[in-house]
Amino acid sequence: MEPVLLRARGVPDSRSIATYLAAGGYEGWKKALGMGPDAVTKEVLDSELRGRGGAGFPTGRKWSFVPKDHPGPRYLVCNADESEPGTFKDREIIEYDPHQVVEGVAIASFAIKANTAYIYIRGEFVRWARILEDAIAEARQRGFLGKNVMGSGFDLDVWVHRGAGAYICGEETALLESIEGKRGFPRLKPPFPAVVGVFGQPTVINNVETLACVPHIIVRGAAWFASIGRPKNTGPKLFCVSGHVNRPGVFELPLGVTFREIIEEHAGGVRGGRQLKAFFPGGSSAPILTAAEVDTMADFDACAAAGTMLGSGGIIVFDDTVDMVDVADNVAHFYAHESCGQCTPCREGSDWCMDILDRIVAGHGRPADPDTLLRICRFSSAGMTICPLGDAFALPISSIVNKYRSEFERRIASATPLPQKKQPVLPWAGPCPGFGI
Amino acid sequence: MSTRPIVAASPEALQIVTFDATMEARIAELLPRYPTRRAAILPLLWLCQERFGWISPGVVRAVAARLGESPAFVEGVVSFYTMYQTAPPARYVLQVCTTISCAWCGGRELVAHLKERLGISFGEKTPDGVFQLVGVQCLGACGQAPVIQINDDYYENLDIAKLDAILDELAGRS
Repeated sequence: MEPVLLRARGVPDSRSIATYLAAGGYEGWKKALGMGPDAVTKEVLDSELRGRGGAGFPTGRKWSFVPKDHPGPRYLVCNADESEPGTFKDREIIEYDPHQVVEGVAIASFAIKANTAYIYIRGEFVRWARILEDAIAEARQRGFLGKNVMGSGFDLDVWVHRGAGAYICGEETALLESIEGKRGFPRLKPPFPAVVGVFGQPTVINNVETLACVPHIIVRGAAWFASIGRPKNTGPKLFCVSGHVNRPGVFELPLGVTFREIIEEHAGGVRGGRQLKAFFPGGSSAPILTAAEVDTMADFDACAAAGTMLGSGGIIVFDDTVDMVDVADNVAHFYAHESCGQCTPCREGSDWCMDILDRIVAGHGRPADPDTLLRICRFSSAGMTICPLGDAFALPISSIVNKYRSEFERRIASATPLPQKKQPVLPWAGPCPGFGI
Repeated sequence: MSTRPIVAASPEALQIVTFDATMEARIAELLPRYPTRRAAILPLLWLCQERFGWISPGVVRAVAARLGESPAFVEGVVSFYTMYQTAPPARYVLQVCTTISCAWCGGRELVAHLKERLGISFGEKTPDGVFQLVGVQCLGACGQAPVIQINDDYYENLDIAKLDAILDELAGRS
């Protein structure tokens, strides 16, 4: 397909506002200001754009949840925390076309009548935070941001807010806490951020890629956007392919292509002439798919029907040399490190899974371990925790145990018992004082 | 959940720092971005880390005093995030990604090589204070695996030869 979000990739000096304007940049912003907030929201609603951050919630509907009669300020937040293992698409957009993000932020802010927007970017992305700050400064200088934008009477300030190293801050309510200057602890919902968000005001949080789609929808129309992909799964999507492939990278394709096409054609197939064994379809928190499931369509609904999720579009490919017990162990280490610690099932469950998997990997697995893992995962998912991090570790680990159980059993069959540390036997200290015996 | 060791601070580290005119000018730029002063904690901590090299207890006290928070609150924020340095770091902090794509595309070999070459493990510094080795979770550069972030910069598509060349150059600079 003709590139939309990545059209600037490979263009010389693609980051500068001059290049962006020459390619028709900020036309969507001008058009949106003429349309008015409600018409902009309706256009995005009609395009059936679904959030690209992971959940796939319809963007226009999210915007429409902001109370119309709210007397105080509202906020737009762009989520550039990109931390899901296997995901590296937002930085690709920012690297080549930061103004696309700034324009999307501007249009979305206008649609929800927010005069302040924050772009929350992960702390490690120092380079990309600077790129965004430069782009914002350029846009402000040209009058696309600031007071009375292009004579419309609409004021808009956009600020970059850097995180400081915490996966959980990609979760929208943890992100809001982090903007407020606190530990990134997710909030209970409801109230949803559209009603009570950052600083207690209505807030819409959209992913970088979602917002990058918005200017194109405004310029080219909802019908054009909806003609790409499949019904209810519309538009171009950035797929990040990493792991054992010949050409890892970010590919822009219509939603609904098959994982086979993405892996074999675009990413050049499994490297070294080896066979595909398994892949994460949408970041490591999506249940794993086997080679037999590679013809699944890469979109929100087809992935859900296959018992997994499209998530962020981060496809991690494993060849036939990979032992899935090791993959489960690596995943467990990630989530055990990143659990914020608020909810017991997630904090203890992720740690406990990690300990069991470490023990299996060390050659001391026990026959009951696979079922214990499944039991821990069951108690950490499906609404047992405040935020989805409980599911984020439980679903991939349980899917690996279920689909590759024989690999666990093989390791456990040849395992040796864990050397037990001798517990010192203490002499009975006698009855509690005061019993008078 | 990540946890940090509690280290007794030296008397100098406890000393509250002062913000010079340059710092105050940058703080004055930050504050109007947010409706609360508390929201400036993360950006101000970043400024301090840039200026003082790490977040000492004295920095925590200064940030708290400047923004009208308790030191305990600011310390709580500092300890939640992994990127605030709570001890003086080495000159070059080698943050090696240990998550899936990097691990399976050469990251493990890089770690083994680094440990051998530098003679240190994760969390340690070389005795000359030039290098520090840290194992980190996904850096969001999986397509360029394996990846190491050295201070602020990403080094991508690495192999042992490339990494050695980078380390030689950095060691030469110190």
